[in-house]
Amino acid sequence: MKLTKTFCTVLAVVGLIGFSNLSYAAGEAEELPDMSWEFEGPFGHYDKAALQRGLQVYRNVCSACHSLKRVRFRNLEALGYDESQIKAIAAEYTVTDGPNDEGEMFDRPARPSDAFPSPYANDKQAAYANNGAIPPDLSLITKARAGGATYTAALLHGYEDPPAEWAEKNQLLPGQYYNKYMAGHVIAMPPPLAEGQVAYEDGTETTVEQYSRDVAHFLNWAAEPELEERKRMGVKVFLFLLAFAGIMFAVKKRVWSDIKGK
Amino acid sequence: MASGPREKFDNNVIEWVDSRLPIFTMLQKEYGVFPTPKNFNYFWNFGAILMIMLGIMIITGITLAMHYTANANLAFDSVERIMRDVNYGWLLRYIHANGASFFFIAVYIHIFRGLYYGSYKQPRELLWMFGVTIFLLMMATAFMGYVLPWGQMSFWGAQVITSFFSAIPLVGEEITVWLRGGFSIDNATLTRFFALHYLMPFVIAAVVALHVWALHVTGSNNPLGIDVKTKQDTLPFNPYYTIKDSFGVLVFMLFYVGFVFFAPNVLGHADNYIPANPLVTPAHIVPEWYFLPFYAILRAFTFGVNLPILIGLAITAFAMKPFFSNKTKEEINLKTVGITFAIAGIFFLIGYFSQYQLESGETMILGGSFISAAFIDAKLCGVLAMFGSIAILFVLPFMDKHPVRSARFRPWFRIATLLLVLDFFVLMVCGAKPAEGFWVPLSQVAMLYYMGYFIIGIPFLSKFEPVLDLPDSIHQAVTQGKTKKSVKKKA
Ligand code: HEC
Ligand code: HEM
Repeated sequence: MKLTKTFCTVLAVVGLIGFSNLSYAAGEAEELPDMSWEFEGPFGHYDKAALQRGLQVYRNVCSACHSLKRVRFRNLEALGYDESQIKAIAAEYTVTDGPNDEGEMFDRPARPSDAFPSPYANDKQAAYANNGAIPPDLSLITKARAGGATYTAALLHGYEDPPAEWAEKNQLLPGQYYNKYMAGHVIAMPPPLAEGQVAYEDGTETTVEQYSRDVAHFLNWAAEPELEERKRMGVKVFLFLLAFAGIMFAVKKRVWSDIKGK
Repeated sequence: MASGPREKFDNNVIEWVDSRLPIFTMLQKEYGVFPTPKNFNYFWNFGAILMIMLGIMIITGITLAMHYTANANLAFDSVERIMRDVNYGWLLRYIHANGASFFFIAVYIHIFRGLYYGSYKQPRELLWMFGVTIFLLMMATAFMGYVLPWGQMSFWGAQVITSFFSAIPLVGEEITVWLRGGFSIDNATLTRFFALHYLMPFVIAAVVALHVWALHVTGSNNPLGIDVKTKQDTLPFNPYYTIKDSFGVLVFMLFYVGFVFFAPNVLGHADNYIPANPLVTPAHIVPEWYFLPFYAILRAFTFGVNLPILIGLAITAFAMKPFFSNKTKEEINLKTVGITFAIAGIFFLIGYFSQYQLESGETMILGGSFISAAFIDAKLCGVLAMFGSIAILFVLPFMDKHPVRSARFRPWFRIATLLLVLDFFVLMVCGAKPAEGFWVPLSQVAMLYYMGYFIIGIPFLSKFEPVLDLPDSIHQAVTQGKTKKSVKKKA
């Protein structure tokens, strides 16, 4: 018993040391700030007002450079918009369709079944417009970065002046910016947000921090639109299995009651 | 199979079928009344858990395949369509992806159980070897499955793992090209991996059938590791173990479900949500967590075999010779063995450090590059050691000659085996860390323990670990509470 106990303790210690950062932080980048999100935890859910504000930030700012190609306008229903509102939002975008009966491609206003169009015709154009860096599609960005929404939010207000040695050596090339949360600290995205840039209608403060939070919240929804349904179902499945296991345990005890020690 | 004399069933339909194909008789014999030791602990649940997991993987896998597109340009998008547009597609995919992890959790516990309680020993050697075969097939299946979503880790993982084969002398390059279906990881690689990933689980199912067949010939081992002697030692499988297994499966499912619904991506790597891009190499290419210990063994070889190490190996083999012979422990002179090992150790150290010197370009105090240069290079050594670390499980039953099975009655073996578990976790952590600094020597020490456990530890313990008094029967041990070691040496 003593051996087993020692063993378990040592194992737990190794486990804690090892697994606390198994997906080892990229070394150079700064530790992420502590942020809490409404959608975390087993009962987590999105905040519709935040999602709508986040959409507003995306549409007014990020969409100039970033596509959101896996999200369709009709999906915005989850943000609390009704059909006519969604139609109106979609109609503000132009998509290329075709060929028509004459064999020509043509532009038309987007419909709810279309996805958010990309700001660039192709990757070459995107790179050309951004000093050689391609702004990634944002539909999966919170899943595609360790740190998820927290990383995304932190990144957007993580711009700083480079340290003195960097400035001396001119380490930043034109079109590069210093960001303390980016791996390697060098990012090709100019600081996208400025205070008061987007006019919120619900009276929420219009700081860079608030914008970052809201757009990260929205992007988390874009990456995991199933999150609320998943967690709701998870709670039910878990409770069902727990009850089932409890019953099985009782049955097992009964069945075995005449066996142990005989 | 069950084609001997047969008892009639009351139900007419069952009887009609059974008299033509005695499948119900077989079920009754193998799962109804099958005599099963009555002292199983919860470690014995994992076989049933694995069966369920295999079933879950096959069912969700086939359903995913209905929506998946195996094409390098479409695969990533098709997976995202499953996640967003297919009804409950996210559920199917998360069940399948996390299922792979839980399959491995279960199989590692199952293998540990076999090791700890000596289930691999006579007469269950073949049963064990089928098990190791299943484990190998599982690894191949999981690796190919991870390539299918065609994210960055899929692509670069496939790149790294297929390039292992290029370490094979002479034909390595050809084999790598053959595996990949081209000179680089490409559409051809993806389509063949999909075909094989679909096929392998059914091969696994077939080997599981052999595994269970072999189990039902020898009967199960048990925590005491002693043979079943009388009917008193056993219980009919149903209802006792059907119920206990159901309970165990449900508890396991609670953990599994926890990940599927509340942390579905924690066990994966974020980079795999970036579409594969042959032009951008991820900062750190890491395999799935369940491959990490073996990956660490691979990377522990920053050195190859050079002349001093070869001599060291030869001396080790010489030192180990008496342990594989018929000599009794009195006939083996431990002092001589110890000295021989020390000499081997010195050669290993010379070999190791001279290569280190050669690489860092420091002054050669230990002779020229003729002596220190490796003729089996580090990469090949790593690949051989990685495959060897699994292959050694195949021969384990023939290396362990100790008459006692269960670690409960083998205090030395018990400590060595628990340390092996710890070692496995240390290797897992090393595998996740960049191969630099402190992690390199740590993984080398951990790799040495893993190899040493099997190659030196097991044969040594076979001869020298005292044989303790065992309980007379399972029944007696259970009724008299003598389930733990009765540390009384046999005179
Ligand atoms: C002027 C164009 C532009 C605008 C506007 C812009 N971005 Fe970017 N963004 C870029 C470019 C270019 C990159 C690629 C940076 C790199 O690879 O160094 C990028 C990269 C990113 C990344 C990935 C960073 C990483 O870890 O690789 C995120 C996240 C991101 N942008 C979010 C946003 C959000 C959210 C907004 C809106 C608030 C936004 N961007 C607005 C150009 C832009
Ligand atoms: C798909 C994977 C596998 C399945 C479905 C499976 C299934 C089973 C089942 C149902 C049992 C009987 C119940 C039990 O004793 O737990 C069993 C026993 C056993 N398995 Fe496996 N197994 C798998 C993989 C393995 C592997 C990888 C190994 C070893 C390397 C292994 C070694 C054994 C041994 C030694 C026994 C007999 C245990 C004893 O009687 O003590 N199995 N297996």
